[in-house]
Amino acid sequence: MTTIPLKLKSEAGLLKLNEPAPIWTTGSVATPAGPVYKALTSLSPQDCREHFRCRISAYRDNFIVEPGIYAVGSPDENSEVFASANYKYSFDLLRQSLDGLNGWILVLDTKGINVWCAAGKGSFGTVELIKKISDCKLASIVSHRRIIVPQLGAPGICSYLVTKKTGFKVYYGPVYAKNIPAYLEADRKASPEMRTVQFTIKDRLILTPMEIIPAMKNYPLFALIILLSFGLQPSGIIFRDAFYGGFHFLVLGMLAVVSGAFITPLLLPAIPFRSFAIKGWLAGISTVFAYHKIFAPSIFTSLPLSVVAYIFFPAASSYIALQFTGSTTFTGMSGVKKELKYGIPAYMTAVVISLILLSAYKLMEWRLL
Amino acid sequence: MKYLANVATLTLNKDKCTGCGNCAEVCPHAVLEIQDKKAFITDPDRCMECGACQTNCPFEAVGVDKGVGCAAALINSMIYGGEPSCDCSAPQEGKAKSCC
Repeated sequence: MTTIPLKLKSEAGLLKLNEPAPIWTTGSVATPAGPVYKALTSLSPQDCREHFRCRISAYRDNFIVEPGIYAVGSPDENSEVFASANYKYSFDLLRQSLDGLNGWILVLDTKGINVWCAAGKGSFGTVELIKKISDCKLASIVSHRRIIVPQLGAPGICSYLVTKKTGFKVYYGPVYAKNIPAYLEADRKASPEMRTVQFTIKDRLILTPMEIIPAMKNYPLFALIILLSFGLQPSGIIFRDAFYGGFHFLVLGMLAVVSGAFITPLLLPAIPFRSFAIKGWLAGISTVFAYHKIFAPSIFTSLPLSVVAYIFFPAASSYIALQFTGSTTFTGMSGVKKELKYGIPAYMTAVVISLILLSAYKLMEWRLL
Repeated sequence: MKYLANVATLTLNKDKCTGCGNCAEVCPHAVLEIQDKKAFITDPDRCMECGACQTNCPFEAVGVDKGVGCAAALINSMIYGGEPSCDCSAPQEGKAKSCC
């Protein structure tokens, strides 16, 4: 640890005198480029609370760490350099994995996006990496010319170009930060297991809240349309009719969200077919059928309403399940394009047929048809 | 887990390939492997078109129509225009939106 010189450093990541130190740091480390913050390698209860909030809300949209260079342990000029994104969750996982090691973390400005998504976009990219190596004067901080980049950053990083421009050779680290100690012990060699990305039931479960919450954003509008449709009578809006008539549709709407945003992701490999639209539709029609058989609600005594239930809700579940492609680790753009090509016309048809049948039901109810 | 069959745009030009192994190293699904000093595609259906292999191939031997496999990104790009992007928390047309 060192005393802070009375000179304000403008370089990103270097100590700033006019700002309090982040709570996840513990003092600073002197380098030829100036003092840098030393990051803790254990997570505080606050860090864990923030990670939880990222999993359930838009808190993740502004969960950032200042880009630049940080120290972990007591690094020197021979210590390894690890590149990371400035989404704080990514950074936290890295510093936690470096517990007991000495190293440098070079945080790229990815606008608060995680490594893999930012690499796809290009903000975790060749240009940004070259810029940060130069801005943080990495060549003066370490004497070697190695930088360990997370493997999932590879879509954005052209390794040979980085070497050509900076002299630093890119070593692709393991997919998961927790494997870094084993990777270093094996002389910067990742085993095939460390090179492949997983998608376990636990991984999928963690993702479901942020599938359910966005899907539920459309629920109030859906509920309004249902209550208005059932409550609308020639004499005006009858609240009793709205509730008793619309109740089962409101439940089915909720079930469509559950089957598309929770059941489908969770049971993903167990549901037949590879298409997410079909998986979601199968989960959706199963829940409608189960609700029909178990609770035998009154709507199924009306033919038009039964048809609406069996057409609209499985389609809604299918559409919601298709959104999960954005969260998986294995879906590609060509596949999603193909699903949308057939899916969007099918969803639109389902909505139109449902609206026509609902109108027919109302006209029959009013004895106009 | 595999996604749709026969849709991935991954291509490999064996004449240009020198067997350096960069592609095999970065592929998160072990789609590319090195055999007899040349890359080869093990199972194209496992390819998620992330583009890591193409970006890191110094010899332009690997080709892929790189993109995001995300329905929301593709639908947003259909509605608002622009390239489909993973960067779903970025404000678009002055409106902060969040999807993933």
